[in-house]
Amino acid sequence: MSRADDVGDPASRPLLRVDSLHVSFGRDARENAVVQGVSFSLAAGRCLAIVGESGSGKSVTARALVGLAGARAHVRAGALEYRGRDLTKLSERDWRRVRGKEIGFVLQDALVSLDQLRPIGKEVGEALVLHGEAGTRAELAERVIDLLKLVGIPEPALKSRQLPHELSGGQRQRALIAAALALDPQILIADEPTTALDATVQAQILELLNETRQRGKALILISHDLAVVSRMADEVLVMRHGEVVERGQAEQIFRDPQHEYTRRLLDAVPSALSRGTRLAPASAPALYAPLLYSSRDDDLRPTPTTANGPLLRAEGLVKRFRGPDGVVRTVVGGVSFDLHGGETLGVVGESGSGKSTLARLVLALERPDHGSVLLHGLPWTTVSERERQPRRRRISVIYQDPLSSFDPRWTVDRIIDDCLDGALQSSARRAERVDELLDLVALPTTYRRRRPLELSGGQRQRVAIARAIASKPSIIVCDEPVSALDVSIQAQVLDLLGDLKEQLGISYIFISHDLGVIHHFSDRVLVMSEGLVVESGDVHDVFRRPQEAYTQRLVAAVPRLRHARSTPERRLAE
Amino acid sequence: MSSSAVTLPRRVSPRIWDTIAISGRIPLRVYLAATVIAFFLASAIAPQLLQSHSAFKMDLRATLQPPSFSHLFGTDQAGRDTYSRIVSGARQSLSIGLGATALSMTVALFLGVAAGLGGRLVDGAISRFLDVLFAFPMLFLALLFVTVFGPSVTTQIIAVGLGTAPGYARMIRGQVLSARGAGYVEAAVALGHPFPKIVRRHILPNALHPLVVMMTLGVGQAVVWASGLAFLGLGAAPPSPEWGALLDAGRDYITRAWWLEVMPGVAIVAFALSVTVVGHHLQDRLEGRIDA
Repeated sequence: MSRADDVGDPASRPLLRVDSLHVSFGRDARENAVVQGVSFSLAAGRCLAIVGESGSGKSVTARALVGLAGARAHVRAGALEYRGRDLTKLSERDWRRVRGKEIGFVLQDALVSLDQLRPIGKEVGEALVLHGEAGTRAELAERVIDLLKLVGIPEPALKSRQLPHELSGGQRQRALIAAALALDPQILIADEPTTALDATVQAQILELLNETRQRGKALILISHDLAVVSRMADEVLVMRHGEVVERGQAEQIFRDPQHEYTRRLLDAVPSALSRGTRLAPASAPALYAPLLYSSRDDDLRPTPTTANGPLLRAEGLVKRFRGPDGVVRTVVGGVSFDLHGGETLGVVGESGSGKSTLARLVLALERPDHGSVLLHGLPWTTVSERERQPRRRRISVIYQDPLSSFDPRWTVDRIIDDCLDGALQSSARRAERVDELLDLVALPTTYRRRRPLELSGGQRQRVAIARAIASKPSIIVCDEPVSALDVSIQAQVLDLLGDLKEQLGISYIFISHDLGVIHHFSDRVLVMSEGLVVESGDVHDVFRRPQEAYTQRLVAAVPRLRHARSTPERRLAE
Repeated sequence: MSSSAVTLPRRVSPRIWDTIAISGRIPLRVYLAATVIAFFLASAIAPQLLQSHSAFKMDLRATLQPPSFSHLFGTDQAGRDTYSRIVSGARQSLSIGLGATALSMTVALFLGVAAGLGGRLVDGAISRFLDVLFAFPMLFLALLFVTVFGPSVTTQIIAVGLGTAPGYARMIRGQVLSARGAGYVEAAVALGHPFPKIVRRHILPNALHPLVVMMTLGVGQAVVWASGLAFLGLGAAPPSPEWGALLDAGRDYITRAWWLEVMPGVAIVAFALSVTVVGHHLQDRLEGRIDA
């Protein structure tokens, strides 16, 4: 491991030098150290990435660098210097001169960070006005338009007069970057700049940040996404629980990680190469439970179906909605597919492609305008809700946000119990079954008394899975089941779903915007765009040799781990 | 409940008091407010314990006495002790407050739930009806009832109860609609539960949860409204010691005996304020739990 000072180009003097940065909240006994001893230095034209999962302290570190850690935060540092100037001694007034002018900060989540009632141009020009560099009104307008042009917003003159909601997500994120670039700062800090953006838009934003760097600016990129980091960074800090567990040149970290946690993070990234392998280490919390299960109880297996042919068949599904403006939009425009027993059908597409609506049609929560679904060879969407009700237990669902799918007043126990077979009469037997299910998803049975709010995101998703399998379904529809989870938790949940498929023979319809997840998990894939299936087939064929232009663009836009570790199995897979 | 010997308590239903008992300091103002409410409740249940004099016994030697040690809040034009009259009036005032709230909640529940669950036609009809009621000031509606049925305590309850119902009905409708669109309701549908069961087990409990707080706050408001009606001579009539009636009776002497107006006024304000403080505290506690 190298010392902070000799990382980077030795010829150039560091722009920013941070030595043993500590940030804590609260006082004395209740003091909560969030960042503990982060050190690095950053030279012009370089990109430093700070990676870590939620709660690792990466965002707090970034905010401390611009004096925005918050009023209740205690920031201490051996050194915090910008071009030799001590930043720890700055008053709030001095900070305001540094922020924006010397160090630009790109905020996370463009939708929340932009004022809903101010035109984009005002927002971008504000920094110029505050620092007294606006000049005349005409000059300001011109500079703003130049900035918007610089970040690649089409029709900048028009867009600068529009409100945030009139721009697309990618354009909003560009506008935030434009605002951060307005005063031409030497350092740009971007906190999760592409989270929540579609892959193709993400690729454009990353390209934009890269150009900034090529113009000689230094970049600090905060991200949980290892693939993005591997594409951008020169140097990487891996953070966990507020500490830097590993640091070094990006290439070296991705090729040959030293710390066990880094290795685990890299292994946890699902991709084509990870197919058929477990993402989480076997020692991760109790994922052995599913393996033990099969010897115990056959009652949880899906009830066998008598009908031959596909488990589920969708024929020409069409769904239209009338928007608030009265315009009828076709959200799903004629989708057909078959789902066979024991198979995982991936559905991939960008936001607004109609994936979730397709899920709701399959679940018969929405009535299709045309077409129909056959479940187990019998009509499903065309029959009455009363006829459907007894059969609904055979197809269950896992949502992206499990919290909202649980009644907040109910305990875990009651949530799962509610889905058990009504034929189980004895309450002791039911309680036992709830314990079995919790075991199966690797949750301690003491959790049955908890309410959803008292669980972490990963635990909630496990409860959601337990609930989904409690009714012994033959099909589970998973709508972005891992999108809201950290990569290591995502790995555990994907492993668990894979185990259940193997143990219980469940078929999945697996919806995700993440091509890596789909490639890791599915057998066949439907690529959706604007309500249509543009391409479908075996997941390998589709992603390796995409035929349609759209799929090609989508596949090309996905950032991949650059310096893939060369474990023997993975070399083979390549 | 079960045939087995080893039964765990399976359904731990969330009880409000459980939730409120979660640790955390209760602010002093809540203790004060609770004391005030307890005092008035005790007055309503057993006024004779708290009275210093009889509420109705006249003493013509001591009319319109200002507050003193023998008459804490002074006396009225017939020599009756104001403090004792306020204590003895608590029963009637609080009953009116509680009765009006209960009535208004019942009506509001019926209308709100029907609108929230009844589909577009029923919802449209009820919502338009509520809109029409909203167009009239509450006092005007209350006056209408009193005019039709004549002034009495019962009319006071009905007037205030029906007058405040539209606001609650609208809130309940919103609650039901948002619970109905919640993810857990969809999850229950996807599980194949029949709709009436979902309404009973998910929609109503979640929609009506916030009602506890609304009702608490409503009692305080209802007491103020009811006093207002009585003050206008449209409720309990003198010599009843109902707080609004006391205000009404004291109005003639306002230039000579300020305590006849101020003291019952203070009682009304103190009660309404205390109920509001406690209600808001409950609200913070319950919502804090939801958001935590």
